Amino acid sequence: MVPISNIRNFSIIAHIDHGKSTLADRLIQVCGGLTDREMKEQVLDNMELERERGITIKAQTVRLSYTAKDGQEYILNLMDTPGHVDFAYEVSRSLAACEGSLLVVDASQGVEAQTLANVYHAIDVNHEIVPVLNKIDLPAAEPDRVRTQIEDVIGLDASDAIEASAKSNIGIEDVLEALVNRLPPPQGDPDAPLKAMLVDSWYDPYLGVMTLVRVIDGVLKKGMKVRMMATNASHTVERVGIFGPKPTSIDALGPGEMGFINASIKTVSDAKIGDTITDDRRPAEVALPGFKPSVSVVFCGLFPLDAGEFTDLREALEKLSLNDASFSFEAETSAALGFGFRCGFLGLLHMEIIRERLFREFNLELIATAPSVVYHIHKTDGEMVSLHNPADMPDVTRISHIEEPWIEATIMTPDEFLGAVLTLCTERRGEQINLTYAGNRAMVVYKLPLNEVVFDFYDRLKSVTKGYASFDYHITGYRTGELVKVSILVNSDPVDALAMIVNKEQAETRGRAICGRLKDLIPRQMFKIALQAAIGGKVIARETVGALRKDVTAKCYGGDITRKKKLLEKQKEGKKRMRQFGNVDIPQSAFLEALKMGDN
Amino acid sequence: MTDMADFGVYIHWPFCQKKCPYCDFNSHVRETVDQARYGQAIITELETMAERFHLANRPVKSVFFGGGTPSLMLPEITGEICGAIKRLFSVTDDIEITLEANPTSVEAEKLAAFRDHGINRLSLGIQSLNDRHLSFLGRQHSANEALDALAKAQQVFDRVSIDFIYALPDQTTADWLAELADILTLGCDHLSLYQLTLEPGTAFTSMAKRGLLEIPSDELSLEMFKETQAHCKAAGFHAYEISNHAKAGQMSRHNLIYWQADDWIGAGPGAVGRIWSHHMPNSENDHETNYGRIETRCRKHPDGWLDDVTKTGSGIAEENQETPHAYAIEAVMMGLRLADGINIAAIEGKAGARHTWLDTDAVARYCQQGLLNEEAGILKLTEHGKTIMNTLIGEILIL
Repeated sequence: MVPISNIRNFSIIAHIDHGKSTLADRLIQVCGGLTDREMKEQVLDNMELERERGITIKAQTVRLSYTAKDGQEYILNLMDTPGHVDFAYEVSRSLAACEGSLLVVDASQGVEAQTLANVYHAIDVNHEIVPVLNKIDLPAAEPDRVRTQIEDVIGLDASDAIEASAKSNIGIEDVLEALVNRLPPPQGDPDAPLKAMLVDSWYDPYLGVMTLVRVIDGVLKKGMKVRMMATNASHTVERVGIFGPKPTSIDALGPGEMGFINASIKTVSDAKIGDTITDDRRPAEVALPGFKPSVSVVFCGLFPLDAGEFTDLREALEKLSLNDASFSFEAETSAALGFGFRCGFLGLLHMEIIRERLFREFNLELIATAPSVVYHIHKTDGEMVSLHNPADMPDVTRISHIEEPWIEATIMTPDEFLGAVLTLCTERRGEQINLTYAGNRAMVVYKLPLNEVVFDFYDRLKSVTKGYASFDYHITGYRTGELVKVSILVNSDPVDALAMIVNKEQAETRGRAICGRLKDLIPRQMFKIALQAAIGGKVIARETVGALRKDVTAKCYGGDITRKKKLLEKQKEGKKRMRQFGNVDIPQSAFLEALKMGDN
Repeated sequence: MTDMADFGVYIHWPFCQKKCPYCDFNSHVRETVDQARYGQAIITELETMAERFHLANRPVKSVFFGGGTPSLMLPEITGEICGAIKRLFSVTDDIEITLEANPTSVEAEKLAAFRDHGINRLSLGIQSLNDRHLSFLGRQHSANEALDALAKAQQVFDRVSIDFIYALPDQTTADWLAELADILTLGCDHLSLYQLTLEPGTAFTSMAKRGLLEIPSDELSLEMFKETQAHCKAAGFHAYEISNHAKAGQMSRHNLIYWQADDWIGAGPGAVGRIWSHHMPNSENDHETNYGRIETRCRKHPDGWLDDVTKTGSGIAEENQETPHAYAIEAVMMGLRLADGINIAAIEGKAGARHTWLDTDAVARYCQQGLLNEEAGILKLTEHGKTIMNTLIGEILIL
């Protein structure tokens, strides 16, 4: 058994495409974790979606065995953390399970907003940070500039940053040596009561709930009865193992070690990230600090395109929640869209991922309503309700005031796009906090209402910066806002799924924009359609979709029947992609498209 | 067993001297055509169909020579085909035998011969009285030539129908109404007035895709359509179908067969047919219990069709038994084109209870909204309903 002094636990912090996965693969390969034949690109990203988007959704670990230049054998535990801000809490737990980080920065691109956020998380948990300048062999690499940038922007000494190229196998030994020499070994008492951090959990169709753990004190053994300190549930450990990266059973995990356990846990919601696992018979007195239950920040309605698929959607959501305890769902009925679910997510990307997985893994075609944030409605009777569906807003006469969540957003952009970024932030009610330059990149920090960001802010940001900006945010708190509910009426009937809560000053502009867009999105029908936006009983915008003028085949004889029948079938098929509202057919895409603000 | 439907025979002559840029019918341009061989093949195919579908002695109400350009046929060939029809089926004195003709001077010379070989109704494709429009439509005759041909036709035949195309690019309502006023003085009892439609696969459609041709807006063509209906009505014509207008008793009996979803056989390249029969497609034995409507489609290419007929006696490439539901769809889709509308109970007699093919709630709703009219079991389109009938029937049919 390797002594605790020869264990190093580390994670890798990097922006998308800066080479985190390639570096991880290379480290695994050099340490002989997998044969060449078993290496597939980006071993650690298991899900199809992870591979495709180059992002990590679930934390993973891999245990490497490395014989250093000092002749000693070291255990290097690599913790691959989720790379996105939506999973900030998961990231912070993964980082808390390590003593140090490799900060991988593309030597030509430099530091990005997302990197920044994660580096600060690492600094918060007292990590020793080793900067790695990756892709050093590219002609565009500017190691000196990026070194300066790391020092200026992050405030980290980058003089001994390692120059590497994971792809070309440059500097890999240096990285491994730095891990051994610069990172501290974990500390822990093998004789103290068991204290292990639950880093992540997921559902494996063959093995059941897999729980990723880092042992702090004590020893986690097969067969022992453990207790989750937050949920107070106890389970018997059926299997203890490590990922090498293939799962391998071992007898026990000691202090400083990382691995997984299978216990008699039914669902991932019973294995909460950040929870402390202890010995049921000899429990620790105090749990590890920092446990937080996950909180949904963004909500949207998901409705099956085909009403008959409601049950399928419920089953799919249940299955997904087996694997992801951080999203919530409850049944919702919409007059416009029928039966569906109101789902809560950690953030925008999380929402997108779940929607995409429902489509890919369960073949479900869905209508998604515009995302909404959680508003705090303070009623005149003193009660406060959390509102995450604009359709449920109480009558205005019963509302004293409304609070909305605000975020602090960090945006990094090449300076040529700075003007456009500032304009965008201002349009979205942003308040500038900071503006700094590092070389030809600008970093701006804004306070913004989340409801201005939740919908298409990121798309717009990408569009105005040609994709060069990076963006990161965290919620800072709630503020009172001048907020009103804007209803959209189709032929005088409000369509609940199109209702939205907006800032009063912008209500009219938004209402007009939505009616205008709907006018283009709703095809002409047999009768004219009146579209209105209203606040309470007051109409603030109106548009009309004219009636179909002429749709009749001039010539139709014996030889034309088959083709005309096919056209009828096509017409019906097209109608299936519509939602009937009164006598009006609204294309499913309109529910989301209508709310996009576009370039105006 | 259902009441015997009206029965007609359609003959397709697929050859043209030139392909018109708006036409999507099965037509082929040939320098020379072995007319005797094609004529004989059509007769062979009619014989095969008569036998296969048990049609001996079935009364024929109408024969229609369509195309292509059947006026390019030798009159003797039409005579031989008419003779075969009389031999194979049962024919009464009031049978309607129509020939489609182009109003060129050459074809005008042949009209008397066609009459002598059995034709008793002529459908003349004049298309326009404006030479500029005729040239745009790719026609090989001038307006004057067409008027001469019409005068000759009217001397030869009791019944002459004329075809026109309107709602052309750059045509104003006033232009068309002036032309229509002239058309109404021509002394014909049957008018087919079609709005120009861009059909897939035609030269016009590919021009439109390249932005070289623009047809009038929906607003304008709707105005032209309404005015056309009004002017024809004032002149004593009955708009018995969307694009067809007739004086009393002068409706095209043949085309009514299609619109009423009756029975017809179609012989010749690309011709289609619909026939209630005991014949079982894809089976050696026919059964009494297997009464159903068969749909047939002949091979499109003239050479391939000719080969098939020579080898097997028929050029039928597809033969399927229509489901009762498919019959109902066809009956509604075609029947609502007629001013007389559809008899719901009659369709039920062949296709089963209406709720399986008709959304009766939608029908009731659209009746209330003034798009449909249902009275004594007859369902019709209102004037407003006519103008948007494609969308409307999509809404009321259960597919």
